[in-house]
Amino acid sequence: MDLSFGPEYEAFRAEVRGFLDRHKDEYPGPARPTRADALAWQRRLIDNGYAARTIPKAYGGYGAEPDILKSRIIAEEFTRARAPTGMAGQGISMLVPTLLEVGTEAQKQQWIAPTLRGEIIWCQGYSEPGSGSDLASLQTRATEDGGDFVINGQKIWTSTAMQADMIFCLVRTEPEAPKHAGISYLIFSMKTPGIEIRPLKTMTGHAEFNEVFFTDVRVPQGQIVGKRGEGWQVANATLKHERGMLGDPNQAESRLAAITDLMREETVGGERLIDNPVWRDRLMKMQARVLAMKFNGLRLISAQLNGESPGLAGLIVKLQGCDINHELAALAIDALGELGVLYGDSPHLRAGGSWQQRYMFDLGLIIGGGTAQIQKNIISERGLGMPREPKLAGA
Amino acid sequence: MDFGLSQDQKLMVDSLEKALAQLCPLERVRAFADKDEPVARDLWAGLAEIGVAGLMIGEEHGGLDLSLLDAALAAEAFGRHVAPTPFLGVTLAAIALRAAGSNAQQSRWLPPLAAGEVLAGVAISEAVAGARDGAGVNAAGGKLTGTSLFVIDAAEADLFIVADNAGGLHLVAGDAPGITRIALTSIDLTRRLGEVRFKDTPAEPLAGGEALPRLRDAAWTLLAADTLGAGQRMIEKAVAYAGERKQFGRVIGSFQAVKHLCAEMTAELEPCRALVWYAAHAWNAVPDEASLTAAHAKAHLSEVGRFVARTATEVHGGIGITDLLGLHYWFKRIGLDRQLLGGPERLRHHAAVIQGLVAA
Ligand SMILES: Cc1cc2nc3c(=O)[nH]c(=O)nc-3n(C[C@H](O)[C@H](O)[C@H](O)COP(=O)(O)OP(=O)(O)OC[C@H]3O[C@@H](n4cnc5c(N)ncnc54)[C@H](O)[C@@H]3O)c2cc1C
Repeated sequence: MDLSFGPEYEAFRAEVRGFLDRHKDEYPGPARPTRADALAWQRRLIDNGYAARTIPKAYGGYGAEPDILKSRIIAEEFTRARAPTGMAGQGISMLVPTLLEVGTEAQKQQWIAPTLRGEIIWCQGYSEPGSGSDLASLQTRATEDGGDFVINGQKIWTSTAMQADMIFCLVRTEPEAPKHAGISYLIFSMKTPGIEIRPLKTMTGHAEFNEVFFTDVRVPQGQIVGKRGEGWQVANATLKHERGMLGDPNQAESRLAAITDLMREETVGGERLIDNPVWRDRLMKMQARVLAMKFNGLRLISAQLNGESPGLAGLIVKLQGCDINHELAALAIDALGELGVLYGDSPHLRAGGSWQQRYMFDLGLIIGGGTAQIQKNIISERGLGMPREPKLAGA
Repeated sequence: MDFGLSQDQKLMVDSLEKALAQLCPLERVRAFADKDEPVARDLWAGLAEIGVAGLMIGEEHGGLDLSLLDAALAAEAFGRHVAPTPFLGVTLAAIALRAAGSNAQQSRWLPPLAAGEVLAGVAISEAVAGARDGAGVNAAGGKLTGTSLFVIDAAEADLFIVADNAGGLHLVAGDAPGITRIALTSIDLTRRLGEVRFKDTPAEPLAGGEALPRLRDAAWTLLAADTLGAGQRMIEKAVAYAGERKQFGRVIGSFQAVKHLCAEMTAELEPCRALVWYAAHAWNAVPDEASLTAAHAKAHLSEVGRFVARTATEVHGGIGITDLLGLHYWFKRIGLDRQLLGGPERLRHHAAVIQGLVAA
């Protein structure tokens, strides 16, 4: 274990700090709310290596060698400056790593750079009404016709489908094959004729996800990623990245900081919340969980750099990370008490109602990307080598 | 000894179930929530017809003269049906008037409350749960000045029960001068909260000294009962869904993981029923234990309710968080019950204080 920062790193820290200071008035946010502001910031970050840092230059990244200390310094300095970090949609977090792993050279050239720059927004078309946890049972069909696939079927829970330009989608191309072997991974435009999107309102009051219907949607066969019938393996590469993103400890750290501020500022009956040992203890308990996951994250990066398998430390990230985020929101709501239940445009609302919004949305994330129960099956079966549940014949 | 409901109580629960199934299906709840309706008058009129508005009001004033346990059974039924009723405000006002009102005050207000003709707001949050955002009400010379937040059923209240900063209770007519009402929107759109400002507003003191603690204990118990009903319904929905939904070629309820989630919810919630019954019974019959058990009932139901709300949603998977299914109405009902008039940490502190384990 060596976590010392040598002079090279202190210089790097000064560089990041200088950058954030110089470009303070470019931060997108309430004062700079447009998409153009966000795109300009993303480009600025990539140009300076603070986003898409280790993605090859040839594909529009910054092309740096992976360096865990530098990544950590960047994360720390951005948190300290309360500066917006790079974009992290399903395209950047899931599709790009997948293309890097299994895409053709042409696909990498065409899709990665504009996706990194935030110019193309992607959605993930995996789940179907009858296929959630049992994703491999999916029924959306793609049949060959000339040089095209023709797609018919329905997806559900598709996040951001309304805004998306493109979709990465699982379809059944080999209906006769065993269920895991008959799936292909296609990418296509959401503007393709035959696609209908119906928003689904969730408990937050907003439509965070959608139903997507396909009727004779034509997609050139070249838009397959990986081989025909191997979509399951390709999708699993993506799911791995999704689970890493959903359990991201940086998000938990900045939430913890926000709750700490809240407890310093808010009073009940004239007493600051932080002066009450009960609130302080709950806060410190959460801090321990957040720190453990933060350091677990550093351990994962090191394992990856050293070519070691992350093992259990990787398998628990989604389960723990999503639970921590949900529990952090719960703590903020509890600390706010009756103020914490306010929502919408109520007077006395705190943080725009975002603690309630997160409390509810994060419950969705505990379910999305593989439910907590499925995560536990994976930890016990793959991680601990325990026997699988006996399968029903034919399932 | 007989730790259970009487025949009359079972009959009341049955008739309430029937009435709510008819008057308050989920579509009615949705309409109330979506349209920003201040009070579901149709529902309240229907419930008043079977005596619900006057459950705890004496027969001489047109009520049924029942106990807090009966009111808790009604609150549980309203939680089950996420019913948008002004029951809490009306019942708490009746309790305050009976405990501390003069004969004149009682005969002026109790009969129309029992008939479901007038509605009541209850402004005791600051005195019970601690003041936020500088709220608080001062009483001087028969007048009130200040702000009360999280006022229960404030929107169309014809009278208010108001606690002042010293813990005294006051009766204020809804049309008294100097009152401003501002709606507060919470996650739970099945109930209405408000901010009420008083400026030199004439008020009549409610004389009895112990009135506020009694009122608080009753309120805690009724909120606990509301969560009990809402949680019970969420478990039933989860069990039913787990018996229908298929993944991997089998109903998900056949996975031990899912069964255990349902069993854990039940193991947590089932003892809560007895806790709520006891707390409610104690309020009438074992006054020495009433405040302790009321505080624990609300604090514990809040913790169990949160667990059940999350877990029942998880059993449903993605559909569980959609508006389409509407499970969130129960989730949010439990969320509001938890914070209203004090969260579990505060109530457990109260429990320790009244047992002399620690100084206030
Ligand atoms: C907020 C949110 C965003 C989402 N975004 C997307 C998206 O962008 N694209 C996309 O394709 N999908 C998305 N999803 C879908 C998500 O992946 C599925 O909801 C999830 O995989 C669960 O599937 P399901 O909803 O069908 O639940 P089901 O699979 O029906 O599960 C219901 C219950 O059964 C349990 N269960 C099922 N099988 C087992 C088992 N073998 N052992 C133990 N328990 C089991 C589950 O844990 C759960 O409790 C999103 C979901 C949410 C909530």
